[in-house]
Amino acid sequence: MSGFDVQKVRADFPILRQEVRGRPLVYLDSAATSQKPQAVIDSIVRFYQHDNANVHRGVHVLSERATEAYEGARETVRRFINARDAKEIIFVRGTTEAINLVAQTYGRKHLGPGNEVLITHIEHHANIVPWRMLCEQTGAVLKVIPVDERGELKLDAVDALMTERTRILAVTHVSNALGTVVPVKELTRRAHAKGIPVLVDGAQAVTHFPVDVQDLGCDFYAFSGHKMFGPTGIGVLYGRLERLEPLPPYQGGGDMILSVTMEKVTYNRVPHRFEAGTPDLAGAVGLAAAIEYLEALGMANVAAHDQELLAYATKALESVPGLRIVGTAREKSAVLSFLLEDIHPHDVGTILDREGICIRTGHHCAQPVMQYFKVPATSRASLALYNTTEDVDALVRGLHKVLEVFK
Amino acid sequence: MSSDLSDLYQEVVLEHSKRPRNYRVVEGHNREAAGHNPLCGDQLSVTLKVEGDVIRDIGFQGQGCAISKASASLMTGAVKDKTRAEAEALFERVHKLVTEGPEGVDVDALGKLAVLSGVSEFPARVKCASLAWHTLRAALEGRGEAVSTE
Ligand SMILES: Cc1ncc(COP(=O)(O)O)c(C=O)c1O
Repeated sequence: MSGFDVQKVRADFPILRQEVRGRPLVYLDSAATSQKPQAVIDSIVRFYQHDNANVHRGVHVLSERATEAYEGARETVRRFINARDAKEIIFVRGTTEAINLVAQTYGRKHLGPGNEVLITHIEHHANIVPWRMLCEQTGAVLKVIPVDERGELKLDAVDALMTERTRILAVTHVSNALGTVVPVKELTRRAHAKGIPVLVDGAQAVTHFPVDVQDLGCDFYAFSGHKMFGPTGIGVLYGRLERLEPLPPYQGGGDMILSVTMEKVTYNRVPHRFEAGTPDLAGAVGLAAAIEYLEALGMANVAAHDQELLAYATKALESVPGLRIVGTAREKSAVLSFLLEDIHPHDVGTILDREGICIRTGHHCAQPVMQYFKVPATSRASLALYNTTEDVDALVRGLHKVLEVFK
Repeated sequence: MSSDLSDLYQEVVLEHSKRPRNYRVVEGHNREAAGHNPLCGDQLSVTLKVEGDVIRDIGFQGQGCAISKASASLMTGAVKDKTRAEAEALFERVHKLVTEGPEGVDVDALGKLAVLSGVSEFPARVKCASLAWHTLRAALEGRGEAVSTE
């Protein structure tokens, strides 16, 4: 596939080299979390074996090395999403914390009774609940961009929903439940025309195609290391410097201050103001290694592989009798939600599991999506750079088994 | 099919999931409760007609996987005309069966419910099998509010 050798890629992921339940593992749940290449695992081991110390504090050699590794990771993230300045990169636990950070700093500062937060019907709970909480705290109102039966946003409804009361638009780049790729650049253009800042949830985007935050023009961009072949416990909030600088701190503690007396605290500059306490140093190092791994493959090649495999998988699933794909956006990422006859996804997942095939079943932390499609749950196969047409074929065979059990 | 799977999806289980018994709201019911499994989104409601200490009629409705539907359907058959204490004892037995397997459980006393024994090989499915029972217990205790398996 297009100068991209998937067998070579697979060899980089030790976890894939195993049998489960007597069969080769078929991992189709990367949208929940991705597997890690050896290079990422090694980088974390190396950090703990050679460089570990706290950052920004010690004068000794290890602290210098650890600080260099941590700040170097910040620069690597900057390059990956083409931010202007490494100060625009804040390390957090993941997408969830990044969104909570914006809601509790920007949101607390700028929202009051009668103001509005605009989200969409296809958000992950991580991009719903922090805004609901903010609305309860401030008296603001949550507004929702509707979705259509393909799983695309109803863009003609957007302009009327962006009003002089709207204080932020928070929108996903890619829906984790449906695979819909949202035209966030266009939405940002429309929001900015009305002076509304934009937060993009990029958790499902950065693993599948190149992301350029300057080109998108958004004010905030959030993503998780563990979904992009990096470790758990680390994620990123990108914020345009002029947006971040006026914001109050998020959590209080060490590292986020310049000086403390019992009377007065002076807060540190961006990004440290938002990184209270000892951060996940090894996590940042591992994330940087994941980015270097992706850069070496080339995100354009990754995108081409994922799209080819998505097309193959879509056709293959459509050949299974009684199978209906939920989420048929014209621009789609490598996620396939589906229903098989009236068999409950939980039963589908259990039977596939016995074949060594890992998929996700349930509401995918996107209950409003399920409510819109009037289903309690779906089965979801999500594809990544190490998946092959053989994985898809195994899934199809597994689904025929499911049909056999329930015939 | 692997033997684990055929133990889980026994004929009787599949049959009850496709054609659940007592799938209705009991007319003139005097107890009810709703149950919810937030992990998979399963929801069901149980309605009862209790006279004195005895469950005179029971029905259920809702959506869920084959295991949760079959368990609910089998439960309605098993507890009808039983006292509260008998129903409670049955739940204890079923719970032991689906978590630990048939060993040490008086399988004969379970009657048809014994077909749920395969669940014990599938820890992720224990909650599916017990949702209806938790809901029944809530209804008997007069807790009408939704119970959750979490
Ligand atoms: C679209 C989307 N947003 C947010 C999240 C939350 O990410 P995390 O759990 O890493 O904070 C996820 C993860 O499932 C997601 O898919």
